[in-house]
Amino acid sequence: MKILVCITNVPDTTAKISFTDNDTKLNKNGIQYIIGPYDDYALARGVELKEQFGGAVTVLHVGGAEADPQIRKALAIGADDAIRVNCDPLDSYFVASQIAHIARENSYDLILMGRESIDFNSGVVHGLVGEMLGIPSYSPVMKLDIEGSTATIAREIDGGKETLSAPLPLVLGCQEPISEWKIPNMRGIMTARTKPLLVVEPVSVDDMTVPEKYSLPAPKGACKMIPASEAETLIKLLQTEAKVL
Amino acid sequence: MSVLIFVEIDNGTIKKTSLEAIAYGAKIAEKTGGNATVLALGAADATELEKAGFYGANRVLHASDAKLAHENSLAYADVLAQAAAKEDSKIIILAKSGLGDAVAARAAAKLKAGIVSGVTELPEINGAFTVTRSIYTGKAFATAEIKSDVKILVIKKNAIEVDESQLSTSTAIVEAFAAALRDSDFTATVGQVEKASSELSLTEADIIVSGGRGMKGPEHWQPLLDLASALGAATGCSKPVSDLDWRPHHEHIGQTGIKVAPNIYIACGISGAIQHLAGVNGSKCIVVINKDPEAPFFKAADYGIVGDVFEILPKLTQAAKNLK
Ligand SMILES: Cc1cc2nc3c(=O)[nH]c(=O)nc-3n(C[C@H](O)[C@H](O)[C@H](O)COP(=O)(O)OP(=O)(O)OC[C@H]3O[C@@H](n4cnc5c(N)ncnc54)[C@H](O)[C@@H]3O)c2cc1C
Ligand SMILES: Nc1ncnc2c1ncn2[C@@H]1O[C@H](COP(=O)(O)O)[C@@H](O)[C@H]1O
Repeated sequence: MKILVCITNVPDTTAKISFTDNDTKLNKNGIQYIIGPYDDYALARGVELKEQFGGAVTVLHVGGAEADPQIRKALAIGADDAIRVNCDPLDSYFVASQIAHIARENSYDLILMGRESIDFNSGVVHGLVGEMLGIPSYSPVMKLDIEGSTATIAREIDGGKETLSAPLPLVLGCQEPISEWKIPNMRGIMTARTKPLLVVEPVSVDDMTVPEKYSLPAPKGACKMIPASEAETLIKLLQTEAKVL
Repeated sequence: MSVLIFVEIDNGTIKKTSLEAIAYGAKIAEKTGGNATVLALGAADATELEKAGFYGANRVLHASDAKLAHENSLAYADVLAQAAAKEDSKIIILAKSGLGDAVAARAAAKLKAGIVSGVTELPEINGAFTVTRSIYTGKAFATAEIKSDVKILVIKKNAIEVDESQLSTSTAIVEAFAAALRDSDFTATVGQVEKASSELSLTEADIIVSGGRGMKGPEHWQPLLDLASALGAATGCSKPVSDLDWRPHHEHIGQTGIKVAPNIYIACGISGAIQHLAGVNGSKCIVVINKDPEAPFFKAADYGIVGDVFEILPKLTQAAKNLK
């Protein structure tokens, strides 16, 4: 089975976000980068499926060289090789076009992604790639099993879940509890150093959206404390003061 | 030219977040001088669909093919692209949800449209078409210009203020839409569907009462459920609570769970870890009840009560009942 896992390189969840260059660039100072947490689930399940059925896992990242440590980490976790499309991606359409291009050249049985990236939180790259390749896409997938050329998945729907089975190839956006995050072991880290990381240039795509500027939310006002002995007054305050009830 | 609004149907009626999308699309149509047309798929009563007019829509295209009754993002995107082509729509609006994002994405690839998901306010249209959306899980906003001819916006809850007392009184005209369905969109076999149909959905709810590990165990949830029912609220929980199976997984709120944006979020015995806050920072008003005055959640709260949830919840429930 040939599996492609698409990973993002994103600021750690606890990172404090601020901007520089007249609010046009993220201030990367002091920010620790990680593999997107949902992508990490996709990677873990991809590696498990490879161990079960044989084949190979390729990790793909669309972005600059600053992601290389995270790509190496994915290799240490168990991916066999990696591709990085060297660019500074503008938007989801651009990213999806690059992923679709790589996928067309290599025909994978499964393309696993995270349910969403935690920087742009769009949750659209899997759908875009699926349509660009003319194959189904499903998200968020919480359970994935393969039998022959059919995938059985459980996915979250509004207020519940649904199971469905569909023929491969598929594009899937993953989330827990599809698998448990894997931590690289010493042997993995050693072998990752020599696994191939292919760097390719992007294919050209029309500009769909162009970023202009970033901003931060207005600072939160102070929290109004209500003594526990007068807890019931909260309901009145929500009605008359906050006017949300 | 029309603004096309894709709506989600639940039990034959238009979902609340989709009604917001209609109001949002109608505002853009007003600015750009076009019609606001709604696309509804699956089983729905014409009398329900007409109500799109109250939110500013002129027409509703209804594709009622029985094959569309079950949620299918592949087929829905196909029908959306067909409707957009037929109506010559250059602006397409959807409400953010798992389904909304999936339909929007696939339609964007079909229509070669720029897509922006997580939009938080109306676009600016003066020559350039710029939109602002939420990024870094609510920690910041990004403004971008959409350059493509066709533009798809997936809007977050509360991207527009809808005043229910100021709605239009005219209904929309409902027309049948004959969509061409492709077999390739129906290759999946749907198995089990587990849906708590009576429950209020978290993404739609105006009020959410949510519990953390401070609730001590599943057998202690009743006081929380009582407050939720007195307020007409949906219920949520923190990640450890669903990991421990105290509550179902689909109630788990946060960075790795559902992101919610209610008017009121009441957190009971939740410490306020950053991963939890990532799922609730779109809320209008946050209330925190925690026995530890140092709990980080208070920093993100509008109202706080330091105390034991089991003493405070019944008091709130009583006060909520007294309101009615
Ligand atoms: C990558 C990653 C992703 C994560 N994603 C999520 C996510 O999506 N959602 C999420 O929720 N968490 C997530 N977490 C976990 C998160 O970091 C916290 O561990 C979790 O939110 C804590 O849950 P809690 O507040 O219920 O429990 P605790 O941290 O144990 O807090 C319990 C609170 O209850 C209070 N309390 C106890 N008894 C009472 C009482 N009788 N009355 C009043 N208050 C009481 C305590 O003072 C305490 O503040 C994630 C973690 C990681 C590493
Ligand atoms: N720059 C990128 N490189 C590789 N994969 C990506 C990139 N951006 C997004 N993805 C994948 O698409 C998923 C959804 O991203 P998004 O639509 O941005 O929320 C992510 O979880 C990744 O798996």
